Amino acid sequence: MYAANFLLLGAVLFSIGVFGVIARRNAVMVLMSIELILNAVNINLIAFALMNDSAEGHVFALYVIAVAAAEVGVGLAMVLMIYRNRRSIALDELSEMRG
Amino acid sequence: MMLAASASTGWFLENAFLIPLIPAIGFAIIIGFGRRLPKGGSEVGIASMALSLAIAIGATVQWIQRVGSVDEGSGEHALGGVFGFARSVFPTATEGGHGGEAYVEPVIRSWTWWQSGGLEFGLGQHIDGLAVMLLLLVAFISLLVQIFSTEYVAGDRRYTHFFAALTLFSAGMLVMVLAENMIQLILGWEIMGLCSFMLIGHWWEEEANSRAALKAFFTVRVGDMGLLVGTAVIFFGANQWAVENGSNGFSIQAISGWAMSGEASTSVLFWGAVALFIACIGKSGQFPLHTWLPDAMAGPTPVSSLLHSSTMVVAGVFLVARLYPVFYTGFDIGGTNVNLIAVIGAITIVIAAALAFVQNDIKKVLAYSTVSQLGYMMLGLGVGAWLPAVFHIFTHAFFKCCLFLAAGSISHSGSHHSFDMKKDMGGLWRKMPITAGSWMISTAALCGVPFFSGFFSKDEIIDNAHNNGYTFFYYVGLVGAAMTAAYMTRATYLTFFGTARGAAAGEHHDEHEAHDTAAHHDDHDADHGAHGADHHDDHHGAHAGPHESPWRITAPLVILAALAIGSGYLNAPAVGTHYFTDWVEPRGAAVELDGYASDEGHSEALGLAALPRAEEGYSEGCGYTDPSPGTVCYAPKLNHAEFSWGKAAPSIILVAFGIGISAWLSLGVFGGRRNPFVGLTRRFAPARWIHTLLVRKYFLDDLYERVIVRSVAHPISKAAYWVNQNILDGVVNGVGKSGRSAGDWVYRNVDQRVVDGAVKASGVVASESGHALQPIQSGRVNQYGALLFGAATVGAILLILLNI
Repeated sequence: MYAANFLLLGAVLFSIGVFGVIARRNAVMVLMSIELILNAVNINLIAFALMNDSAEGHVFALYVIAVAAAEVGVGLAMVLMIYRNRRSIALDELSEMRG
Repeated sequence: MMLAASASTGWFLENAFLIPLIPAIGFAIIIGFGRRLPKGGSEVGIASMALSLAIAIGATVQWIQRVGSVDEGSGEHALGGVFGFARSVFPTATEGGHGGEAYVEPVIRSWTWWQSGGLEFGLGQHIDGLAVMLLLLVAFISLLVQIFSTEYVAGDRRYTHFFAALTLFSAGMLVMVLAENMIQLILGWEIMGLCSFMLIGHWWEEEANSRAALKAFFTVRVGDMGLLVGTAVIFFGANQWAVENGSNGFSIQAISGWAMSGEASTSVLFWGAVALFIACIGKSGQFPLHTWLPDAMAGPTPVSSLLHSSTMVVAGVFLVARLYPVFYTGFDIGGTNVNLIAVIGAITIVIAAALAFVQNDIKKVLAYSTVSQLGYMMLGLGVGAWLPAVFHIFTHAFFKCCLFLAAGSISHSGSHHSFDMKKDMGGLWRKMPITAGSWMISTAALCGVPFFSGFFSKDEIIDNAHNNGYTFFYYVGLVGAAMTAAYMTRATYLTFFGTARGAAAGEHHDEHEAHDTAAHHDDHDADHGAHGADHHDDHHGAHAGPHESPWRITAPLVILAALAIGSGYLNAPAVGTHYFTDWVEPRGAAVELDGYASDEGHSEALGLAALPRAEEGYSEGCGYTDPSPGTVCYAPKLNHAEFSWGKAAPSIILVAFGIGISAWLSLGVFGGRRNPFVGLTRRFAPARWIHTLLVRKYFLDDLYERVIVRSVAHPISKAAYWVNQNILDGVVNGVGKSGRSAGDWVYRNVDQRVVDGAVKASGVVASESGHALQPIQSGRVNQYGALLFGAATVGAILLILLNI
C-alpha cells in the first residue's frame, strides 16, 4: 500500500485550500478553496478506510460530498446576492461585520 | 572490553574521548570563574589544551604501534572483539597478505546519548589514522595559538571571553574529529559555527566586525542545511543495511561499509553526497560560498589563524575525507569522470588565487590563499588522491597558521595595528628578522618550493590528478601553483621589502578609525596604562617605530616555521618516506563480517545488482569490485602516483616562473623600477575591467546581498512586521489596557460599594476586553480563516507534542 502517498496528496491539497481561503479576495475562489479542503478530507477518509478494510470511511466520504454540494449551493447563492447588492464580490470590502 | 588479538591498543586510544572533553570542561571553568583567576582564564585554556595535546600525543604513539602490530600480524586469522551496539559491523582482519595492506580496525566506543522512536543516538569516538592525525594537529595548533594570544590580546576588555570561546572552539573541532556518528559530527560542526560567530565578532563595537560575524554565520548556515539534509538522506539509505549488520544508519563506520557494499542505491548515494558536499562548500569556503571567509578577517588575528589552519575551514574537507566511501561511490570518483568535488575545487583554486592579487590587506591575501589551498584539498579528494589531500591539511595547517601569526606579529609590533600592506608596511625585514624569517619559510612552503612541506603535499595532489586520468584538473593545479607563488611574492615584497611606509616608517597615525582594528586599538589605549609605562611606549610612542615582537609571539612562529619545513618529510616520496601513507590512510581491504549469516535475503536486500567495471583498466578490490558476500569494505582502494623528479618538474618550473614574474612586477609597480606593465590598468581597458571585477570580488557579494537577500528576506520581514503591528500588538495592548483599568478601579473602590462595584467592574472588564479584541473582529472573512487555521495548527502541534 502507498498509504503515505495518499496522505501526502491529502496534506498538499489541504494546504493549497488553506492558502486559497486565506489569500484569495474573490469569494468564488474562496468557495473553491473550501471545496479543496473538503476533498483533502475525503482523500484521507478513503485512504484510512482502505488501510483498515472498513466501509465506514467510504460512507463518511459520501456524506461529505453531499454536504459539500449543499454548502456550495448556499454559498453561491449568497455570493450572487452580495454581487447584486454591491456589484463586487471582493471579500476584503465586505467588512460591515466589524465589531 | 575485548579487541582484536592482532591489533594492539592502549589507554590513550581507548580514552581518546577525553581529548575534546578536557577543553569543554576548561571552557566551563573559564566562563564561570575566569575573571577571578589571576591570568583571566588564559591559564585554564592553555592548561586544558596542553593536557589534550598530551593525550593526543599518547594516542598517536599507540595508533602507530597498532598499525605496526596489524602489519606484523596480518595474514593470521584473528578473532575480532566488539563494543556496544556496533557488534557485527566490527570486523576482523582477514585479507591483505603482506604488510601495509591489512585493514586496521578503528577504535570505536559509543555511549547512548538519547533515544527516540526506537533509534539510539550515540556519542562516542571513532579513532583511526585520520582522526588521530587531526586530534594531534588541532590540539597542537590550538595550544600555540593560545600562547600567542596571551600577548596579542593582552589587556582586551573581553580577555576572559576570548579564551573561553577559543577553548570551546577547539573542543568543537575535536568533538567533530572523533565523531563516531553523524549526530555527533553535526554537534561539533555547530559548536564551531557558534564559536566562529563569537570570535569573528569579538570586537563587535565596530559595526563592520559584527556584520562580518553575521555574514560568516549565515553563509555557513546556508551550507549547513545541506548537512542536515545529507545526513537524513544517508540515514534513510543506510539504515536498513546497517541494522541488518547490527549498527544504525548514523554510524560513520556503518555508512562507510554500506556505501562500499554495492547494495546502496546509486541515486540515494549521489544526492546524499551532493547535500553533504553543499555543507562542505559552506564550511570550507568553496566557490560560491567562499565570500564569508575573507570577511572573517575582522576577528582578532589568532582567531583567523586558528580558523584557517586546522579548525573551522578544514571541517568541510574533513567531512569529505571521513565519509569518503559515500563521495567515492556517489560521485564515481574512481571512474575518471568529471565530478562535483573536483570541479568546485578547481574553480575555487583559480578564482581565489586571482582575488588574492588585488588585496591590500595582508590578512585578506592570506584568507584568499586559504580558500585556494582548500580548493586544492577538495580537488585532491575529488580526483581520488585521498592521502595527498589529507596530507595537505596537515602541512597547510602549520605554514598557514605561521603566516597568520606572522601577520599578527607585524600588526602588533611593526605596523601599529594596521593590516594595510600598501599604507603601513614595507621594509620590515630589517626590523623584524624573526617574523620575516618565519614568514619567508612558510611562504616557500605555501608556494610549493621544493624541500619545503607544501611541495610534498601539493605536488602529490597535482601528480595524482594526472596519474588518475584527470588531465584537465592536473593543468588547473599547475596554474594554481604558479598563481600562488605569484601572489605570495607580491605580498612578501609589499610587507618586508621596498621602502617603509606609514606606520612601518615609524609614523604615528591619528586617524585610528581608519584601521580595521580600531576597536581593538582603543582597548589597548585604554588598558595599557595599567600595564606599565615602558610597555605602553613600546606600542604607542611616536619615537619607537617597528620592532620585533616579544617571545610569546615569536616562539610559536619559530616552532611553526620549523614544522613548515619538517612536517613535509613525514610523507616525502622524493626522499623515500611514506609514514603518512602507512599510518593515516585507511586500507581498502575487504574484512570479514563477524556473525554474518549466509542467508539469501541479505545480498538482495535492496534488489540492486552489483556492477563490476569490466571495461579497460579493470582492477579488483574495494572500490573497483563489490565485496564478496560476508565481507565488507570500509574504504576504497586508491591508486598512488609514483614520484619522480621529471613529473615534478613542470610545477617547480611554474612556481619559479610565478615568483620571478611577480617579483619583477612588484619591483616595477611598487618599487618604482620601470617596466611596461606599470600603469597597465589605467591604459588598457580590458585590464581595468578585470581589475574591477577582482576588486569587487566577482560581484558575488552584491548578488547575495542585493538580489537574494532583498527578494527573499524583505517580503518576509514586512509580513512579520505587519502581523506584529496589527494583530499581536493589538491583542497585547488591549489585554494590558484592560488589566490596568481593572486594577485602577479595584484600587480606588475596594473600600466602598464592593458589591455594586464588582458588578460594574465586570461590566467594564467585559467592555474593555471587548474593545481589546475589537481589532480581531475586522469583519474580513480571510482573516477569520487565517486565525482559525492558525489556531488549529497550534492545537495540532500541542497535541503532537503532548502525545510524546
